[in-house]
Amino acid sequence: MPQVIFTSALERHLSCPPQEVGGSTVREVLDGAFATNPGVRTYVLDEQGALRKHMTVFVDGDAVRDRDGLSEGVKPDSQIYVMQALSGG
Amino acid sequence: MSHSPSNRLFVATRKGLFTLERAAAGWKIAQTAFLGDPLSIVHIDPAGRIYAALDLGHFGNKLQRSTDGGATWEERAAPAYPEKPADVDDRDANGKSIPWKLQKIWALADAGTDQATESLWCGTLPGGLFRSDDGGATWQLNRPLWDKPERKGWFGGGYDWPGIHSVCVDPRNAQRVLIAISCGGVWLTEDGGASWRAHADGMRAEYMPPERAYDPNIQDPHIMVASREHPDALWVQHHNGIFRSTDGAASWQEIKDIPRSGFGFAAAVHPRDPETAWFVPAIKDEKRIPVDGQLVVLRTRDGGASFEVLDRGLPQSDAYDLIYRHSLDIDASGDRLAFGSTTGSLWITEDQGDSWTSLSTHLPPIYCVRFAA
Repeated sequence: MPQVIFTSALERHLSCPPQEVGGSTVREVLDGAFATNPGVRTYVLDEQGALRKHMTVFVDGDAVRDRDGLSEGVKPDSQIYVMQALSGG
Repeated sequence: MSHSPSNRLFVATRKGLFTLERAAAGWKIAQTAFLGDPLSIVHIDPAGRIYAALDLGHFGNKLQRSTDGGATWEERAAPAYPEKPADVDDRDANGKSIPWKLQKIWALADAGTDQATESLWCGTLPGGLFRSDDGGATWQLNRPLWDKPERKGWFGGGYDWPGIHSVCVDPRNAQRVLIAISCGGVWLTEDGGASWRAHADGMRAEYMPPERAYDPNIQDPHIMVASREHPDALWVQHHNGIFRSTDGAASWQEIKDIPRSGFGFAAAVHPRDPETAWFVPAIKDEKRIPVDGQLVVLRTRDGGASFEVLDRGLPQSDAYDLIYRHSLDIDASGDRLAFGSTTGSLWITEDQGDSWTSLSTHLPPIYCVRFAA
């Protein structure tokens, strides 16, 4: 099953260990991860289900481009990294 | 109502929430929370519950609540905008498409007047007002205001989107609520939010063409405050001046001949003497620093007819502190005021501003200062 790994920066706010979740698109896999760990959803997605402006998702090393739909396909052995953009101060 | 002086002060900053307490030796930082995280607002309700709005750069806006004086915190829900219908073309006065997404929590106020209330109003960017009746567990967007066609005439001031920063609930009748918007003027409901009317008559905008200067819907009140025991007495620090109402926002009068500068963000009014109010002036608009590098507070005791310039205990050379709109507060006694600056300085007075004491010069940038009851 695809594996979802969350940025360690999230650990400061809530627990989010790596998960193995079934699904064939980024949306399906993330929805599965949030079903198990619902508190994480609003930290990654906004209220309309789009990726937050300063968050990025990589599927096997490639950044997701459909940030609203999260429709990119994932393979059964994909690694999905939920990361934060480099900004702050 | 209690007139006791407050011995507890909450300071919300770019890098955490600081709680100061007054001991025999003076005011000291007693507690910290959310170190490293940006806050936008802190609010203390009548029962002493503390609400802290966090504006996490990557992870969005969050609402936290403490029911034990700040020892422990629990995440509540942040207001969420509904989905924008596909056939709705929602654009602001400048033609930009307005996101139906929470950008910032910019005001929290008790929606009920009894001691036990867990009802809250929440003002936000991009211009939505929300209500919760369960202490922030769930929120509802106030549709009568959001659906007003006039909302499309609002625009951002300082931010990309318009924002509701002031919510004044009438302590005599909680159905009567005044809100102020940058930039969307002042709006009144007398039926708990079922209907709203613009109430900025008399305000004047220098930043608009002359024919629009008195348009109530484009005014930029930076902050609106009401005297606690005389809620029809309101003061507004506006983008280009100070305005006052003595009739519950039915009309506004511009204050003339303000020393130093009429520009600023913060305002405070005495809880029992509505003629007495405080402001912190800055060089207008393009510079936003104290005049001549001297930080002063303005105090009027006669409804704005005259002002005293208060400077005892405040830096009088090379001071570049700017005081944001939520960063000045007055306690229930009317004697204690505190304010914090963009450069992390914090001052307090216990004699209505006659003299000020520096509590810190090296906090993170300060966004909100609130006394506990």
